Amino acid sequence: MFPTPIARTAPWVQRIYKWLLPVALVLWLLPLIGIAVTSIRPSSDLAAGNYFGWPSGFNFIENYSTVFENSNIGWYILNSFKVTIPTVVGAVGLSCLTGYALAVYKFRSNLIVFFMFVAGNFVPFQILAIPVRNLTLSLGMYNTTTGLVMFHVAFQTGFCTLFMRNFIKGLPFALIESARVEGVSEWKIFWHIVMPLMRPAIAALSVLIFTFIWNDYFWATVMAQSADVRPVTAGMNELKGQWKVAWELIAAASIIAALPPVAMFFLMQKHFIAGLTLGATKG
Amino acid sequence: MAGLRRKRWNQRTYAPWLFLAPGMLMFSIYVVFPIFQSIWISFYDWDGLGPKTWVGLDNYANLLDDESFYTSLQNNLIWLLLYLLAIPAGLAVALFLNQSVTGIRLYKSLFFFPFVISQVVVGLIFSWFYAPDFGLLPKIIGFLTGSEIAVLADERYATYGVIAAGLWPQIAYCMILYLTGLNNINPEQVEAARMDNAKGWSMLWHIIIPQLRPATFIAMVVTVIGALRSFDLISIMTVGGPYGSTRVLSYFMYEQALSEYGVAMGYGAAIAVVLFAIMLVFISIFIVRMLQQERNG
Repeated sequence: MFPTPIARTAPWVQRIYKWLLPVALVLWLLPLIGIAVTSIRPSSDLAAGNYFGWPSGFNFIENYSTVFENSNIGWYILNSFKVTIPTVVGAVGLSCLTGYALAVYKFRSNLIVFFMFVAGNFVPFQILAIPVRNLTLSLGMYNTTTGLVMFHVAFQTGFCTLFMRNFIKGLPFALIESARVEGVSEWKIFWHIVMPLMRPAIAALSVLIFTFIWNDYFWATVMAQSADVRPVTAGMNELKGQWKVAWELIAAASIIAALPPVAMFFLMQKHFIAGLTLGATKG
Repeated sequence: MAGLRRKRWNQRTYAPWLFLAPGMLMFSIYVVFPIFQSIWISFYDWDGLGPKTWVGLDNYANLLDDESFYTSLQNNLIWLLLYLLAIPAGLAVALFLNQSVTGIRLYKSLFFFPFVISQVVVGLIFSWFYAPDFGLLPKIIGFLTGSEIAVLADERYATYGVIAAGLWPQIAYCMILYLTGLNNINPEQVEAARMDNAKGWSMLWHIIIPQLRPATFIAMVVTVIGALRSFDLISIMTVGGPYGSTRVLSYFMYEQALSEYGVAMGYGAAIAVVLFAIMLVFISIFIVRMLQQERNG
């Protein structure tokens, strides 16, 4: 193990380390702690210039309910779910198929197709934006959650295919071979033999894509115009303009907007990190 | 029997294409074709609604005379260089946290936290952190130097202020990659090197970092792509200002072609093509490297 395990070091090093850990964490999360404390301050604190001192009151319920009463944030959150959940289902579903095809079958253009997905995943959004917006307009899906979902599903299929293909490559191929010898059809092999083994990959990808799409801001801005389709990221930008100096409300709204992916992360931590660090150990 | 074998052979020939069809179709329509369409649009003068007029390379020639283009390009370079600091910084944090004391798992999760939050919220948090009159940073600077600085309102510092906000989640990302890498280091090699009296820096440099190469590669990929994709933070924190000094190509393109007043589709497409060309250099390097790994095993 590197660095040397702390238990094997001198007692004074151990003591410093135990003390340094929480201090470093507080410094690292200082901006976040600041915004969390601000979100429960009474607005009189901010008016009196008490930005960093102990809050003069605990206004959690007042501030958070004001956010919901004075803004469309409830709608924005709902819109975010309406975009995020179908995208997760669509992109993960499609990539189970593409990933399987690229991992299991040997055909001449296999690597070309695979690297098309990988490369497409890295392109800047701006090179897609004008044609994608025009296409969405001509399909009558502009300013709808369906339009956003269609694009997100297509784009995320790139990353998901990379992920699924590498995951399936790691499965024992003998399983598929013996099923073929038994005369099981290709679809049944996929559905009954491989799919059940893909559960961890599906879980990992689902949390990752959920977070990516929930946090998307560019496409939310470009493809959604009105409040009834706007996801929460684009909505936050609007609220920032609306509330200007009411930082206790902006802070509370930020916390609300950040909550779903944070909850997802803490509930599914193992899968989340397994997904994110794919490839960080081999190769 | 022969008939059966041929049927199975056929099935195995067309099956992959059936599995690929829906995904490839979607990906082609929304990702592959639009790239070529954008390149095509960049040769036109077009307001997005009326007829297109062919102007050849005029949009690109205009770019070369546009000061905003050079500002954006320069800022993209600054982003790229400073963002790379996330890699050593992430490694440093990972080394700090790679211990097995009680509660370390929770510490690791909380250090990773900034990456989970959307960049919109990160941007708001840092806007607040930098805000003149009441932000924490001006207070600290004021305490140390006697004069407060409004980071985001000052042309000299605004871009660096935005990049610092971006580094926060990016360091967390690199940290988690390195923690996973450190977890998979060959302990025998480390112990053998310890026997040979290797420690500290020489151990890190000669034994640990070479074994972390896969993690470093991924950290490079996500950091370079992240730096060149920067858009959210600029839009939230500075809207490209003050006086356009924090523009990068992605934001400049948005202003020209996608924002409320942006109707210069051809010009915007040309900016996008330049950004795409820059990223293509990196994408090619990454793909070649991944292809080599693919061939080797």
